[in-house]
Amino acid sequence: MSNNSSLWSDAIYRLSRNKAAMFGAAILIVLIILATLAPWIAPYSYSFQNLELGASPPSSVHWLGTDTLGRDLLSRILYGARISLLVGFVATGVALVIGVSWGIIAGYMGGKVDSVMMRIVDVLYGLPFIIFIILLMVIFGRNLWLLFGAIGAVEWLTMARIVRGQVIGLKNQEFVMAAQAMGVSNFAMFKKHLLPNILGPIAVYATLTIPQVMLLEGFLSFLGLGIQPPMSSWGTLIKDGVESMEEYSWLLIYPGLTFTITLFALNFFGDGLRDALDPKTTDN
Amino acid sequence: MLAIFLKRLLLAIPVLLAVASLTFFLIKLAPGGPFDADRAVSPQVLKNLEAAYNLDSSQWEQYVDYMSGIVVGDFGPSFRYPGRSVSEMIATGLPITFELAFYAILIALLIGVSSGVLAALKRNTYLDFIPMAIAMIGICVPTFLMGPLLVLIFGINLEILPVSGWGQLSGDKILPSVTLGFAYAAYIARLSRGGMLEILNQDFIRTARAKGLTETKVVVKHAMQGGLIPVVSFLGPAVAGLLAGSFVVETIFQIPGLGRFYVEAAFNRDYTMILGTTIFFSAMIVFFNLLSDLAALWLNPRSRDTR
Repeated sequence: MSNNSSLWSDAIYRLSRNKAAMFGAAILIVLIILATLAPWIAPYSYSFQNLELGASPPSSVHWLGTDTLGRDLLSRILYGARISLLVGFVATGVALVIGVSWGIIAGYMGGKVDSVMMRIVDVLYGLPFIIFIILLMVIFGRNLWLLFGAIGAVEWLTMARIVRGQVIGLKNQEFVMAAQAMGVSNFAMFKKHLLPNILGPIAVYATLTIPQVMLLEGFLSFLGLGIQPPMSSWGTLIKDGVESMEEYSWLLIYPGLTFTITLFALNFFGDGLRDALDPKTTDN
Repeated sequence: MLAIFLKRLLLAIPVLLAVASLTFFLIKLAPGGPFDADRAVSPQVLKNLEAAYNLDSSQWEQYVDYMSGIVVGDFGPSFRYPGRSVSEMIATGLPITFELAFYAILIALLIGVSSGVLAALKRNTYLDFIPMAIAMIGICVPTFLMGPLLVLIFGINLEILPVSGWGQLSGDKILPSVTLGFAYAAYIARLSRGGMLEILNQDFIRTARAKGLTETKVVVKHAMQGGLIPVVSFLGPAVAGLLAGSFVVETIFQIPGLGRFYVEAAFNRDYTMILGTTIFFSAMIVFFNLLSDLAALWLNPRSRDTR
C-alpha cells in the first residue's frame, strides 16, 4: 500500500473537492454514528409501546410522532438504521469476498479455468436472483444471517467481472513476472501483489453495491419476506407506514425520507469516489 | 444471425434444466409437508392426500414425473388451492402482469429516451441538469416507496385516480404503470444520455452534418441507432427487474397478476406454485435476455461483421 500512496492522496484530494460526494460522506458518517449509538441516544426503546397514546403526530415529546402501537418513530428509525446499514455493509462484504476471489483466480489462472469460471458468471447473470432469494427465505426461514448471505451471494457477479478485467491487465506487467520468477506462491501473489493494485476499482464498486443491497433488503422486508418484527429495518418501517398512511402519513414519510436520503448519500459518494480514483471518467 | 440465435437457444436449454432441477430439490429440502399447517388430519387422509399429489413415490420418480410434465406445460396441482393447477394460475395471472410490464416499459422508453437524448444534445444546460436530477430521484426512491407516495398524492389527497385494482375503474392502470415505469425511465435516461454523448463526438456524425443533413436527421437517423445500443442491452436484464417490481406494484395496488400470486405462494408455502412460477420466470428471463442481446448485436454493425 505504501508505494502507491500518491494515487490515494491524489484521489482523496480530488474527492475532497467534490461537494456532492463530501455532502454524501458527511450524511453517511452522521448516520453511522447515530446507528452505532442508537441504544444510548434513542429517546425510547424500539419495542416500547404506549398503547394508550396510539398513533400521534410529531410533537415535542415524540419528535417524529408514534406508530399505531404508540412506539416512538424516531427511536424505531434509529434502530432500523442499525439493521439497514448492517445488511448493506455485511452483504456487500460477502459479495466482495466471493467476487474478488473469483475474479482474481479467473483472471490470474487464465485459459480453461478462466473461461469456465466466467461462463458460470455469464449463466448466473441471466437468472432471476430475486426469486431465488425469496425461495431461500421461504425454505430456510426468515433469518437475518441467511438474508446477509443470500443477498451477498447474488451481488458478487459484477465484482468478479471487474476484478478479472483488472487482473488480466496487471498479469503481464514486469513486477508480476518478477514475483513469479522469485517463486512467490499463488496465494502470496494474490494478496501482496495483485490485490493492492486493484483496490481502487474494488472500493468504487463496493460503495455502489451498498445502496443496491439496501434496496434489495428494503424490497424483501416490504413484501414481508425480510426482517421480522419486532425488529425493524427501514424496509419494514415503510411497509408499516404504507398500511396506515391514509390517516397517519408521517409513518410513511419519515422512514421513506431517511431511506431515500441515505441512498442519495451513498450514490453521490460512490460516484465521487469513482471520479476521484479514475480521472478518465470525470468528463462524462 | 439465425445461427447465433439457435446456438444461444440451445445453450439455454441445459441452463433451464439445471434451474428446474435445483429448484425442485431445494423445495424438497423445505421443512414440513404442505398439509401439516392448517389442521391435524388422520394418517389415512394424509396418505390419500400424498397419493393424490404423488408424494408417496420415490424422490427420483417424482422428479422424473415433474420434469416430463414441465415439457408439455404441466406444472402440477396447487397445494393451496385444491382443484386448481399451477399452469391455470399462471395463465390467468400472466396476461395482467404482461400488460402492466408493457405499459411500464412503454412509459420508461418514452420518457427515458426523449429526456436522455435531449439532455445529451443540450449538454450542460438546464435541459440537461433538470432531467438528470429527476433521474437521480428515480434511482434513489425505491418502487415500494414511490407507489405508496403516488397513491397518497393522487389517490388519497387529490382524489383524481383510483388507489387500487386493474381494469375495473377508469384510470386505475395509470398509477401502477407509472410506479413501475419510473425507475426504468431514470435508468434509460442516464443510459441514453451516456450513449448519445459518446456517439455525437464521432467522425461519422461530423460527416453527416458536413454533408448538410438537417439536425433532426442527424440525430434520429445516425446518432440514435448507435447511441441507444446501451438501452437495448439494458432491456433484457430489465425484464428481471420489472418482474421483481411487479411483485411490489401488484401487492400495493392489489392487482391479481402473476407477481402477487408468487408473493402469496411464498407466504402460504404453496410449494408447487413457487416451483412452477420460479421455473416459468427463469425461462422468461433467459428468453428476454437472449432477445435483447440479439437486438443489440443486430444494431451494432461492428459486432455484426466480426461474429
